[in-house]
Amino acid sequence: MAERINSQKPPSGEGVLPSCSEGVPPSDRGRDARDTVRLQMQGVSKRFGATIALEDVSIEVAAGEVLALVGENGAGKSTLMKVCSGAIKPDAGQMLLDGAPFRPNNPLEARRAGVAMIYQELSLTPHMSVQENIMLGMEPSKLGVVLWKQVRQRAIEAIKEFDNPELTPDARVSRLSVGSQQLVEIARALAIGCNVLVLDEPTSSLTQQDVERLFEIIGRLKQQGKAIIYISHFIEEVKRVADRVTVLRDGRVVGSKNVAAISSDEIVSLMVGRQVEELYPRSARHAGEVVLDIEDLAGLKNPKSASLTLRRGEVLGIAGLVGAGRTEFLRCLFGLEPVRKGRIKIGVYTGPASPHRRWMQGAGLLSEDRKEEGLALSLSVADNVTLSRLKGFGPLGLVLPGRQDKATRRWIESLDIRCRGPRQSVLSLSGGNQQKVAIARLLQHDVDVLLLDEPTRGIDVAAKALVYKLINTLATGSWHGLPAHENTAKMAVPRDGRAARPPKAILMVSSYLPELMGVCDRVAVMCRGRLGPTHRIDEVNEHELMLEATGK
Amino acid sequence: MRNKLTTFNWLGLLNMLSPVIALFVVFELFVLIAPSSFATARNMEMIARQTTIVGIAALGMTLVIISGGIDLSVGSIVALSTVVIAWLLQYAGAGPLTAAIGGVAAAAFFGLLSGVLITRLKVVPFIVTLGMMLVVRGAAKGIGKEQKIDVDPAQLKWLDELLASVPADRSWMILPPGVWMMIILAIAMAALLRYTRLGRHTFAIGSNEQTARLCGVAIDRVKVLVYTLCGALGGLAGLMQFSRLTVGDPTVAVGLELNVIAAVVIGGGSLSGGEGSILGTLVGALIMTVIASGCTQRGYPNWVQEIITGAIIVIAVALDRLRHRRTA
Repeated sequence: MAERINSQKPPSGEGVLPSCSEGVPPSDRGRDARDTVRLQMQGVSKRFGATIALEDVSIEVAAGEVLALVGENGAGKSTLMKVCSGAIKPDAGQMLLDGAPFRPNNPLEARRAGVAMIYQELSLTPHMSVQENIMLGMEPSKLGVVLWKQVRQRAIEAIKEFDNPELTPDARVSRLSVGSQQLVEIARALAIGCNVLVLDEPTSSLTQQDVERLFEIIGRLKQQGKAIIYISHFIEEVKRVADRVTVLRDGRVVGSKNVAAISSDEIVSLMVGRQVEELYPRSARHAGEVVLDIEDLAGLKNPKSASLTLRRGEVLGIAGLVGAGRTEFLRCLFGLEPVRKGRIKIGVYTGPASPHRRWMQGAGLLSEDRKEEGLALSLSVADNVTLSRLKGFGPLGLVLPGRQDKATRRWIESLDIRCRGPRQSVLSLSGGNQQKVAIARLLQHDVDVLLLDEPTRGIDVAAKALVYKLINTLATGSWHGLPAHENTAKMAVPRDGRAARPPKAILMVSSYLPELMGVCDRVAVMCRGRLGPTHRIDEVNEHELMLEATGK
Repeated sequence: MRNKLTTFNWLGLLNMLSPVIALFVVFELFVLIAPSSFATARNMEMIARQTTIVGIAALGMTLVIISGGIDLSVGSIVALSTVVIAWLLQYAGAGPLTAAIGGVAAAAFFGLLSGVLITRLKVVPFIVTLGMMLVVRGAAKGIGKEQKIDVDPAQLKWLDELLASVPADRSWMILPPGVWMMIILAIAMAALLRYTRLGRHTFAIGSNEQTARLCGVAIDRVKVLVYTLCGALGGLAGLMQFSRLTVGDPTVAVGLELNVIAAVVIGGGSLSGGEGSILGTLVGALIMTVIASGCTQRGYPNWVQEIITGAIIVIAVALDRLRHRRTA
């Protein structure tokens, strides 16, 4: 949901963060900042449909203070920051900026008022120069003619702080490194006079050198009295750069401490400390033959190295942070991205293959990005469900819509897809129902190996529960409630004794640890492109997985 | 609930038929203001005949536009086809059928070439077919040595009858063979879009190419086929053009591709792909002919005609967007 982050940009460099706290002057740490509070958010709540993104969240940040906001993927960090930067409006609660009410209607208003968000996906115009980018939208002008001298002067002022040789007013932004581009973004915020800066995962695509430089600049901005909100997954980074840390979980603040007074372990505990609901049914599963065997798989950029084996009747989870390369791993596996090296064996087939071949080999991928990739939104439910295999819907290779609809209706019933019928376009369905359509495609195709990428992202609890139940029935082979695929006869009696179908093998990527703990038999963690060893689910806990994911 | 359901179906039907209704409205408008001869069977036959060239070419264009592409080379391909047919008749001593097939084959070849270039070079269709527009036009001029190729009338046999008015002794045909050919092709293309894998895959690619790829659709192969078909249908349109003029003219049909695209777009095709229908396209082509014919009979000068046609294109698409926003 709000945590959608560009997963193409992996965190760079290993061991970016030594644990000591050089670079940032420690002088301000732990002081009482109550008298110089810059930004206050009080009782902010926000829901999206059935999902509660934020509930009664209050935070504050003072001048010259760095507040770190941490939490798992989906905890509500980004939503909270979108509220304070004007990108979305809260349902309840209020904000104060320097003591005055602050109600931005859009990011521009927030910027003008002095609150700027530096997004992860940089929002620069790559073809223009540094100075043009810095002053974009507020170019000093006379009668519509841009006063270039002033533009240049103000741009130079904004970037001189950074003293970075790459940053010259005339440099083209597309030629700069990602780190320098980020500085241009920061300069843009400074040039408009922002006193509150929100940095959303600023280091996730930086090299180690750029990270150091960024931390140094954060230190300087602090001394100038700017208030900084720093969002990050990386605990060590937070320990190093922040004064205070606020932990969000499930849209609520679960703790707020001075950094000096809390250990990394305590922060992680706050992040994951949650009881597993009775959401995850788990019947006895029996691992069968190996259907997926991967050895040292590497893609162009990610994954760097991944090995695993998966058996029939098993659910294997892949945990990790957004951007760790999990999606790329599945895509490599499925032939959507090139394989650089490594061995893949699916069933009896070895070697890389196109998505078309993968489907033929009995593997199917559920995309993490329903709207961009998973579904053709303007097409009907039936077309989406049957797209991967349009055979068997009529004589002579014809595709008769009536038969497509008939096949689709079975899934509409058994997965409880709320729609007007198989011919409705999926565009108008809710997220949960769209996801069911995407899953129905795998079931309709009757694949043996299901690759599920974030199968419950952005769907409501009821739909989540159904997905968990479905995964369990697929893995155990107890297809109760699911109509047999070939059984087109109208007879209620099974045609032979084989009522249960062979269990499936499921490889599932998720950023939500409790879900992996609840659904999987084994789990492996991917960190910066490398897949760690698989753990049996009863031999690990969330805490250990989180530590492994954050690169400890 | 039940009531609601039935009203919705009505709306759906109305939506589907809206291009036909638009055609009816435009036609009736001219019946009101044009001379009384407008609503006669003879005039309607003429409208059908005049629609055929654009109509046949637009069938292929519909497929291309549904796949999310565009083909700007259709006008040139029509010209090439006429030249090849004329050349085969006049200089190679071919019979009419051989010549017709030759013309269509040449056109299909250039369609295939466009498709291959688009998929192999990964250059957008607009650019590839823009280039192809010049290449094909040049090839046509080369074959004709920069001149029209006149054909000995004795060689023509049935070739000049395709779009001629039905003679009295064959009145059972009702419409000229060329018009029948358009109708049959239209039915075939509509069936192809609706009932074949190629058709469903074309829609899927146009709707969301990434999804199609995820689902294992052979995107490149489908695209090449689509452009080849579009080329072949352009060639058939060229055959009709030749039948009308009985010369191979390398400078004919300049800018025809824009009329063809307009027909598809008026009929509800979306240039971003995934939408369009054969019925809509034919209606789009007919609307344009009705306007042209109506304006001529009313005695409006050519420039008025062009302004009206231009306005209709924008209005049709704007209405279509509006309709979409409501149903979405």
